[in-house]
Amino acid sequence: MQPLLSQACWDTFYMVAWSTLIAVVGGLPLGLLLVLTDRGGLLQNVVANKVIGQIVNIARSMPFIILMVALMGFTRAIVGTTIGVEAAIVPLAVGAIPFFARLVETAVREVDGGLVEAVQSMGGNTWTVVRKVLVPESLPSLISATTTTIVALIGYSAMAGTVGAGGLGDIAIRYGYQRFESSLMWITVAVLAVVISLIQFAGDSGARVLHRRAGKGGEPLRFRAFTGLLPGGPVASESTATAGSSAKSG
Amino acid sequence: MITTSGLTKVYRSRGREVSALDGVDLHVREGEVYGVIGQSGAGKSSLIRCVNLLERPTSGTVTVDGVDLTALGGGGRRAGKELRQARSRIGMVFQHFNLLSSRTVQDNVELPLEILGVTGRERSRKALELLDLVGLSDKAKSYPSQLSGGQKQRVGIARALAGDPKVLLSDEATSALDPETTRSILQLLRDLNRQLGLTVLLITHEMDVVKTVCDSAALMERGQIVESGTVSELLATPGSELAAALFPVSGEASGEDRTVVDVTFHGEAATQPVISQLSRTYNIDISILGAAMDTVAGRQVGRMRIELPGRFEENVVPIGFLREQGLQVDVAGREELADGAPQLVKEGVAK
Repeated sequence: MQPLLSQACWDTFYMVAWSTLIAVVGGLPLGLLLVLTDRGGLLQNVVANKVIGQIVNIARSMPFIILMVALMGFTRAIVGTTIGVEAAIVPLAVGAIPFFARLVETAVREVDGGLVEAVQSMGGNTWTVVRKVLVPESLPSLISATTTTIVALIGYSAMAGTVGAGGLGDIAIRYGYQRFESSLMWITVAVLAVVISLIQFAGDSGARVLHRRAGKGGEPLRFRAFTGLLPGGPVASESTATAGSSAKSG
Repeated sequence: MITTSGLTKVYRSRGREVSALDGVDLHVREGEVYGVIGQSGAGKSSLIRCVNLLERPTSGTVTVDGVDLTALGGGGRRAGKELRQARSRIGMVFQHFNLLSSRTVQDNVELPLEILGVTGRERSRKALELLDLVGLSDKAKSYPSQLSGGQKQRVGIARALAGDPKVLLSDEATSALDPETTRSILQLLRDLNRQLGLTVLLITHEMDVVKTVCDSAALMERGQIVESGTVSELLATPGSELAAALFPVSGEASGEDRTVVDVTFHGEAATQPVISQLSRTYNIDISILGAAMDTVAGRQVGRMRIELPGRFEENVVPIGFLREQGLQVDVAGREELADGAPQLVKEGVAK
């Protein structure tokens, strides 16, 4: 039982870590583009904005399990197989990029336009504005967004078991549900609860430290156990992480 | 130093056109502090943002330090390289300071230097020097959130000076500050203007700001400059609204047989005790109904409303005496004698 669990933990970690990394690398520029190309933005381009926004919306509204199946050809082209942990990373990342991009968009929109203007008045170009203002000033919110994405990805990764990727969710289904080993299932649930709580705590602390330094107050820190596991958990924590994001995320 | 000619700015929103600037000709001389005053919506904010082309004017030209900025490339929001270079030589301070909350005070001041590509060591040397200049050398490692409003604006000013600009634009820099802090920030601007020969263009809605710090001023209304000139020139202009606002005098005749006279002091005459001379020479009793005298830009200027006994016809000689002293004299209710007197009468009633 022990090696089974530790292997599952490692699989989950591996999948979530890689897909988070890819989601951040892909979603950050996408989210910035959503803001910059919008009406009144520095790179205003209404057509591009509508197109990107529409793609993000479609990708976001797709149920993950369908996305996973739909992307099988793409997955095979990239990692050479549609089965296993590596194969699961592809749909996880593809699903998380638009999710993270919307969170980035909300975070970056919060940045005071006066700061952008100040940098322009110093002779800064758009790239300077992105590098020196938009990203550093929204960093606390971006950290919250990353936390939310990680928690959501842990949730999605449970479904990755259906393509033989393993992981904690897979254990809970195969052993806990299908073999009626309820003790193993509950252990899995407990492990997930602890992991998610720790991630949420770490993310909140990081965001809060930056927030406090920036003098924006910061919400009181709560140790939010189980929130990520409850039905609709990732969505609920999304709305607490970056206020108002759920309104725009659809 | 700064010249705008025929500047217009039209905003289009939902099919409607709003004209924020309507043919503005502004001329700011090198080394002076120039104040543009007006109520909100008068277009002064659009004007200052057009000077460094944060807003591109719909038509007209902007010349700063001999460079025609409107001719430099970069349509729309994206500024071309030359325009960005020109902007780096124009400092700007903002009403809400616009400091980056994620950076320390020193790093905020270094930001324009980073954009200019100055090396690390040189950056921090320059930043500390500037913080010293604005009196904040002990706050270099603080974050903006730990500073008071006045201190934040000092950081804003230090940051604006980082690129060694010849011109400083001040967009309502003191409007978010209390009166005490406002005075200290204006004093700082004045000092910088004198020490560095900095040309300052400031916009404000507070007459006090103009009075405290400006060499010249312009009044904006509905996108147009209604009056402009040096403070002395304005004062010498009969019926000048700016002069009336800068030096408000009020008071009405105490009886039928009285003559109310507004005396404007500007230049040499302000040093002469003319009122007591008048009293002694003609042996008349003079009441001072109201007076607003001040030292503007090192010169005594102001206005005084006095009352002489008797009707105007009886006071022609004393009034002539005042005119001989080089004073500007406006007699209330005598439109045919004083240019612009209608406004004067109107003001007297209004107040």
